[in-house]
Amino acid sequence: MFPASFEYVRAHSPDEAFDALQKHGYDGRVLAGGQSLIPAMRYRLARPAVLVDINPISELSYLKEEDGFLRIGATTRDAALEFAPWVRERYSLITSVSAVVADPIVRHMGTVVGSVCHNDPAGDWTATALAARGVVVIRGKEGLREVPIDEFLVDSYTTAVEEGEMALELKIPIPDARTQGSYQKIERKVGDYATCAAAVQLSLNEDGTIRQAGIAITAAGPIAMRVAAAEAMLIGQRPTLELLRAASEEAPKIATPNADQRGSAEYKKDMTRVLVGRGLKQALERLGAVSA
Amino acid sequence: MTKTQNMEALGADFAGIDVPNIVTVSIRINGKVVTRAVPSRMLLVHFIREEAGLTGTHVGCDSSSCGVCTVLLDGSTPVKSCTMFAVMAHGRDVKTVESLAVGGTLHPVQQAFWDQHGLQCGYCTPGMMMTALALLERNPNPSEHDIREGLSGNLCRCTGYNNIVKAVQQAAGAMSASSAADPSAADD
Repeated sequence: MFPASFEYVRAHSPDEAFDALQKHGYDGRVLAGGQSLIPAMRYRLARPAVLVDINPISELSYLKEEDGFLRIGATTRDAALEFAPWVRERYSLITSVSAVVADPIVRHMGTVVGSVCHNDPAGDWTATALAARGVVVIRGKEGLREVPIDEFLVDSYTTAVEEGEMALELKIPIPDARTQGSYQKIERKVGDYATCAAAVQLSLNEDGTIRQAGIAITAAGPIAMRVAAAEAMLIGQRPTLELLRAASEEAPKIATPNADQRGSAEYKKDMTRVLVGRGLKQALERLGAVSA
Repeated sequence: MTKTQNMEALGADFAGIDVPNIVTVSIRINGKVVTRAVPSRMLLVHFIREEAGLTGTHVGCDSSSCGVCTVLLDGSTPVKSCTMFAVMAHGRDVKTVESLAVGGTLHPVQQAFWDQHGLQCGYCTPGMMMTALALLERNPNPSEHDIREGLSGNLCRCTGYNNIVKAVQQAAGAMSASSAADPSAADD
């Protein structure tokens, strides 16, 4: 189906985009990769009156490390992360996500920041940003503000980006040598939304105890969720398979999945436990800290 | 009256109800610039098929799942043209399946699909070939796993992927042999 008509605004700089969004207020919407927005418009689930196309803004397409963060610009494609050798080498969580988002063709257009802003209940990047403790940089009337991902993700399809504002970048803390992650996703076929998925990132102290844990589940409720109880259980502990198993038991306690054609609510709840468990185990294997 | 003029007339008749926002779009398609005034909501696949008259690019699932509408953007970036507005390709370079054969000689990817019977019903073939070409430009010597993963955004409802994989393997061999024989071919 054709989308409803809209007014098209081409932005060549962040200033131009911001001015257009300010001018159009609630009617305006940012068009980045469009891989979620355009299908939603075709199904008439979204009907923005004005689209502000930020794709021509080359200065928002970047992937770089700076001040302790991996900085991902608003028009940086999923494929850019997938194919950067240095990202593959050092960001195990991000690498395991970028290979399973949608399908390989969609990843050439889809953007990481756009996906986080779309905040689909089954989003891959929202759970990843939670596990990796990401921060979103938003341009507002008062200038730039940085919002931790936990506050950024408000509810299904709702974020901390207010009317007339735009997200400029996602920042992910650079993992040290004793940090590894894993993304575990069940999907019916390539390109489908997750039946259920879990993002995990663990950091160890020099003595082998767990310094930091990031655990999040997605497609298991109205929004990607941090499994805070599991994180707390792991901090300061020496990793054992029993401890990982106990931590994974915390996921179904907060999961509130809907039954759909991908499975029953009971099945999905149990899968949050299984996937968190697998993710923790793989992260620790990558750290060389646990044997199978 | 052309389709575009027709839409403009419609917009005037129904002013204030659902007026198509008209934008001028210029896209270089297979080396030739096509300029049209079209509604901003026109998808790239419809621009290619209806405005440029190139019907090799197909419409399949209409929901960015099946990949039959895949074209190459700015060289060798595969994109699903049903999930992109034509206006987003303004000033850019698009390659469709019609660009592959030159002077009646099939491109190695096309020849390989023919030789290995990777065509089957043929509906998914243009998208498969464009994706395969992009894959081979990035990875001239892909493993079977690389090929299956690389083509996973393209669905074949004949469900016969084995011959398609064989075709991409043959094309990989043919293309690396021809670029070894003629180093300038790699720069084309």
